[in-house]
Amino acid sequence: MDMNSEKLPLENRAEYHMEEHGRDSLYCRNQRRSVAFLILLAVILLVSAVLSLWAGSYETPVGELLRGIFGQASDEKINIVVRNVRLPRICTAAAAGAGLGVTGCILQAILNNPLASASTLGVSQGAGFGAAFAIIILGAGASGSGIGVSLCAFVGSMGVAAVIFALSRFRQVSAESIILAGVAISSMFTGATTLLQYFADEVELATLVFWTFGDLGSTTWTEIRFMAVIVLAASLYFLFHRWDYNALQSGTETAISLGVRVRRLMIVNMLVCCFTASTIVSYIGLINFIGLVAPHIVRMVVGNNHVYLIPGSFLAGASLLLLGDLLARTIASPVILPIGAITSFLGAPLFLYLLFKGGKQKCS
Amino acid sequence: MFIVEDLQFHYQGGPRVLKKINFTLGDGEFLAILGNNGVGKSTMLKCFNRIISPDAGRVLLNGEDLLKMPLRQVAKRIAFVAQNVPNTQMTVHDMVMLGRRPYMRWGFTEHDHELVHRAMDRLRVSEFRGRFLNQLSGGERQKVMLARALAQEPKLLLLDEPTSSLDLKNQYQVLQIVKDICHETGISAIVVIHDLNLALRFCDRFLLMQEGEVYRYGEMDILDREALLNVYGVKGEVRTVGNQKMVLVDEEEEWL
Repeated sequence: MDMNSEKLPLENRAEYHMEEHGRDSLYCRNQRRSVAFLILLAVILLVSAVLSLWAGSYETPVGELLRGIFGQASDEKINIVVRNVRLPRICTAAAAGAGLGVTGCILQAILNNPLASASTLGVSQGAGFGAAFAIIILGAGASGSGIGVSLCAFVGSMGVAAVIFALSRFRQVSAESIILAGVAISSMFTGATTLLQYFADEVELATLVFWTFGDLGSTTWTEIRFMAVIVLAASLYFLFHRWDYNALQSGTETAISLGVRVRRLMIVNMLVCCFTASTIVSYIGLINFIGLVAPHIVRMVVGNNHVYLIPGSFLAGASLLLLGDLLARTIASPVILPIGAITSFLGAPLFLYLLFKGGKQKCS
Repeated sequence: MFIVEDLQFHYQGGPRVLKKINFTLGDGEFLAILGNNGVGKSTMLKCFNRIISPDAGRVLLNGEDLLKMPLRQVAKRIAFVAQNVPNTQMTVHDMVMLGRRPYMRWGFTEHDHELVHRAMDRLRVSEFRGRFLNQLSGGERQKVMLARALAQEPKLLLLDEPTSSLDLKNQYQVLQIVKDICHETGISAIVVIHDLNLALRFCDRFLLMQEGEVYRYGEMDILDREALLNVYGVKGEVRTVGNQKMVLVDEEEEWL
C-alpha cells in the first residue's frame, strides 16, 4: 500500500490529528480517563499504605511513622513497630496483591475467559494441598509458616501448572476447557486436602487451618524481596507483550495473522502466571478473589486495552489487598482477622456487583 | 505476483483437505474462491499466511516463500480479515493500531500513528475512532477490521467470508472498498465468498474448488452451466442483466 508517499511531515502531525480530525475528542477523552484512573489507583495505593502504616494498636502521629520508615523516629519503639511489623506487612500486601491482580489479568487474556484466575484454575488449591502435605505428612512448620510449608505449597501449585501446561501442550485443549479442567483439578486437590485433614491430629489441623486463612504478617524481608522481584519481572514481561494480548481478543486466527506465536505465548504466559501466583500463595497462604476482581474493576473503566489494563490490575490488586488487610486489622482490633476470609467475604459480593452492573462489558 | 504451487494439507487423523493446489495471481487482482461448504476454501486461505501449516507445497509472494519465513515477516506481507468480527471493549483506534503490531518493537512510532490515521480515513471510520468496538454495528466493525488490515501495509489481503453477517448495503460497501484498494494501490486480494452475484460484480478472477482441488481457475467465463452443475450441483447459468452478470438458477423442480 502506497501510504508512505503521502506521509505528512512529523511537525504537522499534531495539527493533522486535531484539525483534520476535529472529531478526536472522544478518543482523547477515553485516553485521559484511562490515565486519570491509573493515577487514581496509584493515589489509592499510597493512601492505603499510609493508613496501614498508621492503623494498629500502637497509636502514633503520621509524621513519626514516616520518620520511623527510615529508623529516624524519636521513639525507638516506633522504629521497631514500623520497620519490623507494619512495613513488612504493607510491602507483602502490596507485592502479593499486585502479583495476584496482574496474573489474573493475563490469565483472563490468554484463556479468553473472564473467570480465569489462580484460584479458578486450581493453582491455589494445589498450593493448599502442598501445605497440607508438609504440615500433616512431613510434620513441617508447627506455626504453619516454615520454609517446608512454603516449599511444598510451591511444588503443589506448580504441579497444577504442569498439568495445565500438559493439557494445553499435548492434548491441545481449548481455553474454555482449561477452565473446566481447573474446576476439576481444584475439586481433586480440595478432596485430597480434606483426606489429609481427616488423618491429622489437632495441632496439625489447627496449623493447616491457620495457613489456609492467609497471613501477611509472617514474611521476612528476604521473602518479600524475592516475591517483589518475581512480581516486577513478570509484570515487565507482561507489559512487553501488551499488544499480543490485545491481538488475542480478535481471535486466535487474527492474532497469528498479526505475527503473534499464539501457542508459545499461551504456554509461556501460563507458566509465568502460575509461577508468580504460586510463589505468592506459598508465602502468604490462600488469598482468593483479588486476581478475579482487580482486572474486572479496571476493565470497567479503561476497557480491554492491555496498555492500561496491565498496570491498572497491578495497582488495583495491590490496593485491594492492602485495604482488605487494613479492614482485617481494624474491624475487630486488636484481633487481626484472617485476610483470606476477608478477601473472599468481600470479594464475592463485589464480583457479583461488577458482573451484573457491567453486564454488557466482558473480557472479549 | 502471488504463486501457489502444489499446496497440500490434511487435518490430524483426517483425509486430505487440499490436494495439490496451483494458481497464480497478479498484482492488484481481486480473486474470489468459490465452492460448496467443506471443500477447503477457508482452509486454503489460512494456509497462505500460516494460520495453519500446510503439509507440502510452496506459497510465493514476489518470489519469497512465505512458508519458510518467520511469522512476523509474513504478517508484514499478508493481512487477514476473519469471518467473525470481534465485539470487544477496545476503541476503534486501538484496534486499527493492532495492524502495526508486526512492525512494533517496544512501542509505536510517529510513522505508525500516521499510517493508522490514513487507514481509518481510507475506510471512513475516523469519526468514531474513540468509540468501543462493541458500540458499533456489524458493518462498521467490518470496516474497522479492513482498516486494521490496511494499517499492516500488506501486499496481499485475505478475506474469509467478510460479508456473511452484513446487510445488503454493507456487503456492497465493503467489497467495493476492497476492489478500489486493489485497483488503486496494487494490493492483491483473495476473498472466500458464497454469494456468486457479489463475486461476479466485484472480483476479477475466480477459483472454483471441488473436493480439495481446483476445478477451474480464470476469469468470469469459467462460471458456465457445466461448472455450476459440477461444483454446486445446481442447474443454472450466468446471464447479463442490465450491465451486470448474474447467476440465475433454473426453476426449482428441474434441479431438486
